[in-house]
Amino acid sequence: MPSYVINEKCDGCKGGDKTACEYICPNDLMTLDEDLMKAYNSEPDMCWECYNCVKICPSQAIEVRGYADFTPLGANVVPLRGSDDIMWTVSFRGGTVKRFKFPIRTVAEGNVVPDGDFGEGTGTLDDQLLFTEPASLKADKLWTFKN
Amino acid sequence: MQNFETIEVSTDLLIIGPGMAGSGACIEAAHWAKQNNLKVTVVDKAAMERSGAVGMGLSAINQYQGDNTPVDYLSYVRQDLMGLCRDDLVMDISRHVNGSVHLFEKFGLPIWKDKEGNYVHEGRWQLMINGESYKAIVAEAAKTAVGIDNIYERVFIIKLLLDKNDKERVCGAIGFSVREQKIYVFKCNACIVSAGGAVHVFKPRSTGEGLGRAWYPPWNSGSSSYLTTAAGAEMSSQEVVFIPARYKDGYGPVGAWFLLFKATATSATGFDYMGEGLAEGGELHNWPPYGKVKPIPTCLRNHLMMKEMYEKGHGPILIHTDKAIAKIAEAAPDKKTYKKEMKKLEAEAWEDFLDMTISQAVLWASKDVFPEERPSEIMPSEPYFIGSHSGASGAWTSGPEDIQTEDSKDDYFFGYNRMTTIKGLFAAGDGVANSSHKFSSGSFTEGRIAAKAAIKFCVENAGIPEPDTDVIEKLKADIQAPLAHYEENAGYTTLGAAKKRYDLPVEEVNPYFITPKMALFRLNKIMDEYAGGCGSQYNCSAVTLNIALKELKMLKEDLSKLGARNLHELMRCWENIQRVQLAEAHTRHKLFREETRWPGYFYRTDFPKMDQENWGDVFVNSVYDEEKDEFNVFKRTKHNLVQIDKVVGM
Ligand SMILES: Cc1cc2nc3c(=O)[nH]c(=O)nc-3n(C[C@H](O)[C@H](O)[C@H](O)COP(=O)(O)OP(=O)(O)OC[C@H]3O[C@@H](n4cnc5c(N)ncnc54)[C@H](O)[C@@H]3O)c2cc1C
Ligand code: SF4
Ligand code: SF4
Repeated sequence: MPSYVINEKCDGCKGGDKTACEYICPNDLMTLDEDLMKAYNSEPDMCWECYNCVKICPSQAIEVRGYADFTPLGANVVPLRGSDDIMWTVSFRGGTVKRFKFPIRTVAEGNVVPDGDFGEGTGTLDDQLLFTEPASLKADKLWTFKN
Repeated sequence: MQNFETIEVSTDLLIIGPGMAGSGACIEAAHWAKQNNLKVTVVDKAAMERSGAVGMGLSAINQYQGDNTPVDYLSYVRQDLMGLCRDDLVMDISRHVNGSVHLFEKFGLPIWKDKEGNYVHEGRWQLMINGESYKAIVAEAAKTAVGIDNIYERVFIIKLLLDKNDKERVCGAIGFSVREQKIYVFKCNACIVSAGGAVHVFKPRSTGEGLGRAWYPPWNSGSSSYLTTAAGAEMSSQEVVFIPARYKDGYGPVGAWFLLFKATATSATGFDYMGEGLAEGGELHNWPPYGKVKPIPTCLRNHLMMKEMYEKGHGPILIHTDKAIAKIAEAAPDKKTYKKEMKKLEAEAWEDFLDMTISQAVLWASKDVFPEERPSEIMPSEPYFIGSHSGASGAWTSGPEDIQTEDSKDDYFFGYNRMTTIKGLFAAGDGVANSSHKFSSGSFTEGRIAAKAAIKFCVENAGIPEPDTDVIEKLKADIQAPLAHYEENAGYTTLGAAKKRYDLPVEEVNPYFITPKMALFRLNKIMDEYAGGCGSQYNCSAVTLNIALKELKMLKEDLSKLGARNLHELMRCWENIQRVQLAEAHTRHKLFREETRWPGYFYRTDFPKMDQENWGDVFVNSVYDEEKDEFNVFKRTKHNLVQIDKVVGM
């Protein structure tokens, strides 16, 4: 089920210098039609349905329709991602609707520190200890091989 | 002719492909580079935030050691790969991996905890996570570490550059922007290739609108393998693909269902093929010693399924989600606990899909599947190249100095940790052979290991080597060739009115060029039918493999006639050039190994048995000579660093 853009909802990210969906798609599929100022999926048969464009679109203009060659029509799976959780609405072909909410991160975006507050560690370029070790291992020393 | 601007970037360490391994490399390299006043540069074909195999998210961390020892983990990996792995590499990752997982937690990845505050395990080695933002979180740490100014996104690397005075020494990489007409020439002292594995080398089961719905993400096209192979690095186990058995069509994960909810699988007739296969006299006993003990290797689990489906005709294979749920329900003391338990279970089961294979959730919703009501079909996929999982393909690298025996040193320790046989060229994750089962956390760890060693290399080998300017000029022309080729020939045939009469997958027919998609289809068909794809039920022989090689040779020649209409198609052209090279390497390795060691991944019908005596203690390795366009394929001795008496399971 490749992604598709709902004509009425897409505003081309208001003509900013980059559109959110083009920025994020790992397979370079989302494309802005500059005449219409609307985005579209330019190679739907190479879409992984990873939903990254769906989750990032500020106008909720992107949805996914199951790959037509093996998916019956009628269902819809829609995410709404907030800053620390994601809410999914799963609508079945037969009418059942299920909702799920899951956390996505415990540290706010922009606040991640590369050493994870473990500190630099005690290694040098000549030993086997990696950055932040041994503290990040939560062990006093690194395992080594004795034969 | 297109007018490409050339951008030159000089750096000490270049990281190609900041997926899981590359992100680990960023964090590690940044630290050691700062201490030594060195520069680290990163290049990605996509946006780091969601690039690579973890871009959609994951629902589990598949490698965490906990209190187990590296020898325990090794016992499991060696068993799963039918005896063939690099003990030194596997134990090296294992000893560091806890630290990586603890870092992820501090970066903000939600890892499930029980009431006592301990991690919730899916199996012995696997941790359950709320992993929607797994890649975004890890990438944020990586980006912060190296600094935004040192990151080049949407640049596709086509080739590594070698020193003009030493063809066994890397000195850079060349690629192009898929968004602007720019060619990038990176000059570096050392380089880490961590550009993932490959899909769409073999024809996928789904071929229409769902062509992109393989288990493995369509955006990884074999760049790791291509870049190291074309640079002349020794490669290993290129025959060892991975074939996951997953929910049919959507390829949703089965791990949580099997491991956490204890679901069982049978053939359509209700035959417990696993139980019977393990029992005295069962099929698994034909594959000693690996078939005789638990956990059953991944390929053998596939093999048992394939026997049911293809030999007996007793497909499809069913996973009994309904029975698993009923069993959990029975265990509940009363109705209220049952209801609560069921609600939790349902959320967990759906999250498993929604975190990492949303297609499967869509498919279940579309078909009104309620797992508590009926079983679902599972199916083996087409072959993928993913050395970080239960496959083993990749570059042959040096291991750590301190995890060797007198015997192993000659073959396994020849330089800096994770350096290939090309000086200054390192690999990690799917780029490294025979350190299987590293998954997301172990790949990240291997990236860290490679990065520290690469910085050490830069410190000890100061000065940046120089590429040959003639070579660069030629590559620049090569990069643009498909665009030029299209422009020259497009006018030869008519294309019809703008209003299409029918929604066709083929848009342009022209005798002078082929589109990247048709090149892909041609490759897929060759591999599927002659090299052991799902269409031939994973069978191949010297006869069919030799046909594949002949067909590949002609395809390779025709690649000079690829036509691209724009930069996006130009990327597709280069992806396919890289895939074809990997296809050839794979076919040659398969042809060389005259046995069937991984039934369920592929069958050499002319050598249908495992041949422990001749092939049990060797890897199949190869070196490619680009000038002659020739592969040299040979055996490399495998060393058992430890004697394994008992396999520690899942
Ligand atoms: C469907 C699926 C489910 C999985 N489930 C789990 C799980 O539950 N738990 C777990 O721990 N692991 C899981 N894994 C395994 C895990 O995803 C991999 O082991 C891991 O991502 C490998 O890391 P890597 O860095 O080698 O490759 P990747 O993470 O794939 O990164 C490759 C990088 O290279 C870049 N790149 C590629 N080509 C080029 C080029 N030519 N030029 C520039 N950049 C390029 C890509 O954009 C990307 O940044 C799963 C994998 C898949 C496919
Ligand atoms: S992100 Fe949404 S609004 Fe912006 S261009 Fe894409 S579809 Fe349109
Ligand atoms: S769903 Fe994923 S692969 Fe498909 S267009 Fe959106 S971002 Fe790209």
